Amino acid sequence: MVKNMTQVEFPQNTPPEGNKPEMVAGHTSHLKAWKWQDYFTFNVDHKVIGIQYLVTAFVFYLIGGLMAIALRVELATPESDVLDPNLYNAFMTNHGTIMIFLWIVPSAIGGFGNYLVPLMVGARDMAFPKLNAIAFWLNPPAGLLILGSFIFGGSQSGWTAYPPLSLVTAPIAQTMWILAIVLVGTSSILGSLNFVITILMMKVPSMKWDQVPLFCWAILATSLLALLSTPVLAAGLVLLLFDLNFGTSFFKPDAGGNVVIYQHLFWFYSHPAVYLMILPIFGIMSEVIPVHARKPIFGYKAIAYSSVAICVVGLFVWVHHMFTSGTPGWMRMFFTISTLIVAVPTGVKIFAWVATLWGGKIRFTGAMLFAIGLLSMFVMGGLSGVTMGTAPFDVHVHDTYYVVGHFHYVLFGGSVFGIYAGIYHWFPKMTGRMLNESLARIHFALTFIGTNLTFLPMHELGLKGMPRRVAMYDPQFIDLNQICTFGSFVLGISVIPFAINMIYSWLKGPLAGDNPWQALTLEWTTSSPPAIENWEVLPVVTHGPYDYGHGHSTEIQPSATPEATA
Amino acid sequence: MQQVPVSLWTLVAGIVVTAISIWIGQNNTLMPVQASLQAPLVDGFFNVMFTIAIALFLVVEGTIVLFLIQFRRRPGDDTDGVPIEGNLPLEVFWTAIPTVIVLLLGIYSVDVFNRMGGFDPAGHPHSAAHVAHIPGSAIAATLSNTEATTAPTIGIGASPQTLNKPADLVVDVKGIQYAWIFNYPDSGITSGELHIPVGADVQLNLSAQDVIHSFWVPNFRLKQDALPGIPTELRFVATKPGTYPVVCAELCGGYHGSMRTQVIVHTPEEYNSWRTENQIAQQQNLNQVVAVNPADLSTSEFLAPHTHDMGISAATLESVVMRRD
Repeated sequence: MVKNMTQVEFPQNTPPEGNKPEMVAGHTSHLKAWKWQDYFTFNVDHKVIGIQYLVTAFVFYLIGGLMAIALRVELATPESDVLDPNLYNAFMTNHGTIMIFLWIVPSAIGGFGNYLVPLMVGARDMAFPKLNAIAFWLNPPAGLLILGSFIFGGSQSGWTAYPPLSLVTAPIAQTMWILAIVLVGTSSILGSLNFVITILMMKVPSMKWDQVPLFCWAILATSLLALLSTPVLAAGLVLLLFDLNFGTSFFKPDAGGNVVIYQHLFWFYSHPAVYLMILPIFGIMSEVIPVHARKPIFGYKAIAYSSVAICVVGLFVWVHHMFTSGTPGWMRMFFTISTLIVAVPTGVKIFAWVATLWGGKIRFTGAMLFAIGLLSMFVMGGLSGVTMGTAPFDVHVHDTYYVVGHFHYVLFGGSVFGIYAGIYHWFPKMTGRMLNESLARIHFALTFIGTNLTFLPMHELGLKGMPRRVAMYDPQFIDLNQICTFGSFVLGISVIPFAINMIYSWLKGPLAGDNPWQALTLEWTTSSPPAIENWEVLPVVTHGPYDYGHGHSTEIQPSATPEATA
Repeated sequence: MQQVPVSLWTLVAGIVVTAISIWIGQNNTLMPVQASLQAPLVDGFFNVMFTIAIALFLVVEGTIVLFLIQFRRRPGDDTDGVPIEGNLPLEVFWTAIPTVIVLLLGIYSVDVFNRMGGFDPAGHPHSAAHVAHIPGSAIAATLSNTEATTAPTIGIGASPQTLNKPADLVVDVKGIQYAWIFNYPDSGITSGELHIPVGADVQLNLSAQDVIHSFWVPNFRLKQDALPGIPTELRFVATKPGTYPVVCAELCGGYHGSMRTQVIVHTPEEYNSWRTENQIAQQQNLNQVVAVNPADLSTSEFLAPHTHDMGISAATLESVVMRRD
């Protein structure tokens, strides 16, 4: 039916590739749920793919986390006495790589994006389900390449892989690292294309553009940014690959190459990558806070437009990573100003969420605790970011622990807290079961304390003179480093109550019903977990996604049993 | 009893926040001792930003905590909050205030950067330095070992006061895995530590032999990458005699963390005696260095005369170089 359509109009709510209906037809037409084995196969259901992304990413989060603990153990003393310095650099490089490319990006965009976008816009699947599955299955080989590279010493040149260091250190491992990043980059491009088409073409006709949930706006902005910037990284890395293996000399200074051009190519993607890691998280914030504060989001349009503004300005700030590199003064100043401007749309979002709390009836659920934790720590990361964005000050703190402290407040206090908030919020929808709130509170307390213990002292270390990426340091910095190391142990332990909660609740948690939080976005109008094509009959949008306080949510039965909805 | 008006509480809170932020912002001890003309500029700028940041931090975090307490759900209350969806004047307000703050910071940073000398290296389009901007010629300069005579175009250069004046002392600084080598063209001295007189206008011409290094003196608040193939510079005036760390700030390999040395800021008399001593001590070597083309020597041969200054033995040097090769 779909394939016979010849007109230009995009078929609403039917996957254009048309393989899904056939699959369902192959079984009985009432196949309600996937079996556990299906989650280990090439499955085209966006919900299966979303969970595949989340679980795979979490495994890599644990691996990357263990590497971080090893780094902090080494840094408990000034001497290099635990790890071989080259292994230290390999852990440091791959800790960053794994956390960025195999944990935050795939879980925030791949995991939540895939699971939620079709449900939120009232679609039965993503626009291109097979492409979606291909995008996911590029990730496991990338992960294996990263882990396998340790056989050859592991890449040791930092996640930035600046030549010439990346050309002269562990070349086989570096090559595997490049291939892994190119794979996840390709995955990101395919996924982004899918999101853009799905959001633009497949929302239910009854949903107006100002009723599209802010998470979808965030994913749309993120996807456009990924489409524009990821190819540039791929280009830079392929040139590096050629320099490493095929005798070219794009980045070899003794053969006419230029090392700074690599940095431009790298940061043209990798600064926007910061927004790839935080914009979907901002989207999660805009979904979680209104539901648990029982308030409409404050300034829907400002939040939606600020995502777009961050994307546009975010494409023109990359040289702030290169203020001490081979960049002339005018360039340093131009990018100081553009970097400072990014603070404005980011501030708009923070203020809007704070204002959403005003006049609410705040429920301190696990999801809300992590959302508030994010809000409070992102303020810190944002303020330190503004200071570093100015070239005169960055000339002092660039490549120091001040930077490490800053971006962990943004990426751990921000992105990871946001991912946790999202998991606590949507776990009942994904599994049909509620999480244990006591374990959630323990998890939050440990994570919040651990984060601040680990990353706050790093700011002072950097200001006082400790460079980053070092296995050995000046003994004057030992006290602060030991606080950081202690904090990292607290963070390591904090994962335990979370993991117990996940596994136990998935198996034995109380049934959630369709809409345990009395939320108003469309994903809560279907069963938990949703049926294979999401709805028996597509929902009709009758109110906005955040219309709390208008009586819509009181119509929802807080503990609807699965029988009642079946 | 009548309540205290909210506006009064807000005023008091505003005064308290302002006082706290100014006091902490201006009296923090987060930065190491200042030892260059640029250091007070950077610190002054940092203190302004730190003051603003503390104020914003207190206001936003305070508001969050206040709202969390005031608007917590009371037991048994399952109703929704008030349906407020926005407030345009408020949104304009909190967009405009940060915009003004960051624009002022932007202007201030241009001013500070100019006074630090950030605009000088690129500011002479007609100088010979501009030629080196073409990548090919910069590399040619490195290969023929004449980067000392090629003025770099990138880095922190002359401040507006010293513009168009030659520096009092020029030192060529080369980064190798994992050491800094300081070469004084005027006296022929080569050292593993940087010795400079206090109050002199010093120009460092930075280069790197193998991978990217970054020359950082925390007490000077100055940092500039030493890039293979692209000459860079740092120009400064040290203001306080003493010994300060020189740190490599760019990942350069396994022993990056141990690539540390010292800058010794002497009084002019001390500096002159150091210079004389070392000129005599290195006289013999000097002749050799002049006669021998360094490009023909291996790294360890080239460095062998300087091991004493680098604080390591020739054997250690040999092993480091072997490992690297």
